[in-house]
Amino acid sequence: MRYLVLLKAHTVPNSPPPPELMMAIAALGEEATTAGVLVDSQGLQPSSAGRRVSLSRGQLSAADGPFAEAKELISYAVYDVRSREDAVQWTTRFLQAHHDLWDGWEGEADILPTFGPTDFTSLES
Amino acid sequence: MATATEAVEAVWRIESGRLVAVLARITGDFAAAEDLAQDALEVALRQWPRDGVPHHPASWLMATARHLATDRYRREVNLHRKLTLLASHAENATIEDPMSTVDHHLDTPLHDDLLRLIFTACHPCLGIDAQVALTLRTVGGLRTPEIARAFLVSEATMSQRISRAKKTLTRQDIAFALPAPVELPARLEAVIAVVYLIFNEGYAATAGEDWTRPELCSDAIRLARLLATLQSEQAEVHGMLSLLELQSARMPARRGADGTPVLLADQDRTRWDTLLIRRGLTALKRAETLGGGPYTIQAQIAACHIQAADIDGTDWRRIAALYTVLGHLTPSPVIALNHAIAVGMADGAEHGLYLLDQLQHDSSLANYPPLAASRGTFLRRLERHKEADDAFQDAARQTDNTASQQLYQRQRHHPEETET
Repeated sequence: MRYLVLLKAHTVPNSPPPPELMMAIAALGEEATTAGVLVDSQGLQPSSAGRRVSLSRGQLSAADGPFAEAKELISYAVYDVRSREDAVQWTTRFLQAHHDLWDGWEGEADILPTFGPTDFTSLES
Repeated sequence: MATATEAVEAVWRIESGRLVAVLARITGDFAAAEDLAQDALEVALRQWPRDGVPHHPASWLMATARHLATDRYRREVNLHRKLTLLASHAENATIEDPMSTVDHHLDTPLHDDLLRLIFTACHPCLGIDAQVALTLRTVGGLRTPEIARAFLVSEATMSQRISRAKKTLTRQDIAFALPAPVELPARLEAVIAVVYLIFNEGYAATAGEDWTRPELCSDAIRLARLLATLQSEQAEVHGMLSLLELQSARMPARRGADGTPVLLADQDRTRWDTLLIRRGLTALKRAETLGGGPYTIQAQIAACHIQAADIDGTDWRRIAALYTVLGHLTPSPVIALNHAIAVGMADGAEHGLYLLDQLQHDSSLANYPPLAASRGTFLRRLERHKEADDAFQDAARQTDNTASQQLYQRQRHHPEETET
């Protein structure tokens, strides 16, 4: 099964991320890639660099970031794993590294199963 | 809601390989390492559901394995002491604790350990079934019941197969080591064969209602990706990986909404998996750069299909040429059959039929349904409907797979459908 993991931060310390955290993230990414489970991932620039297109009350509009939400999307990752719990464990490690190495950082990660293409049975019965 | 056991099993799938690999390097004993790792898993299965998954599960498992090893060592020293007392020798046995260096070993690079693990699990002193089971269990972190289910045998049978394999490795004193350079090509070929077999087991179950057992395919792909990282200079590792990614990319379209199989010609190509296609083509490029081989050629054939807009827009001439090369490298009746089909698609049904009829004398294809079905397809194209019906009837008779039977029967009754 394939899962999209969306990492969001709501509290980010004023200090830049410590190099140890960056190293831990790189090592974790390499480990997951080697294991064949991490098939795609990217970090995302702040929403201040982004733009949002909306449809509301019949009106299309576009607006520059930053977006109003308290949570900023930080990165996405796509995992190809045997069960949802595997994706949970890989993601837990990611957040554990933040916990261990970047004091004050708070956030969350949503783990969402994708429809198809490797999901052969769930919709077809 | 995920159960605590599922969490333990997920951690195990992530950690099993390197835990066994590191323990095996330290002890030099694959079977002992595997036992220790399994014992550590049992402790986790008891404790984690009660206390929660530890913050650093990898270190926890290694520490637990280490404690277990120390306990076992002490027991053996005690036993040894008692035996020596019995034999009236009073001196104390002192042996250095074999696990004392574990922390140091944990810091060293793991890639070579994982490679040793794979090469040991796929050691030629074991039968292929045993190699498959050991690889899925140690490298893939699957538990015995899962492996048994995937290979349609009882847990007891699978459990015996695994313990016999471990005993064989011990008895034959197989070193936990990388193959000597001179042995590497043959040993690597064996490893690739094991991964490919796991994939095929999932891709097309030869009997029963299941058209695919896709989990095994995914397990095999993950193993192939691992191998491609560990042996990144080996062309055929990338060739095999490419083949698996490309074949998997087509999997979502292989079954219709009602669960029945859909042939390549009729597949909705928009359902092919673009992420896997991209990964497969990248791996293929790498394989071609490094030199290629039989798996690479099969991946090139898969790439021809995957890049075509439809069945008629497929570069059948290139596919026929690739099958010719493949047939020279690894001659087999099935390759000859596929070559005949490609020729028929490239040059016309009568050419294909001519080659297929040559193959009918090959006894190993006598009851091979795709031969009869391909004849049926070309006969249908030549509007020889009565013979086509008979050919599809033969194909249906020759298979035990219910889904395939229905497929061939449908071809028999709906002459407008074609198969390739």
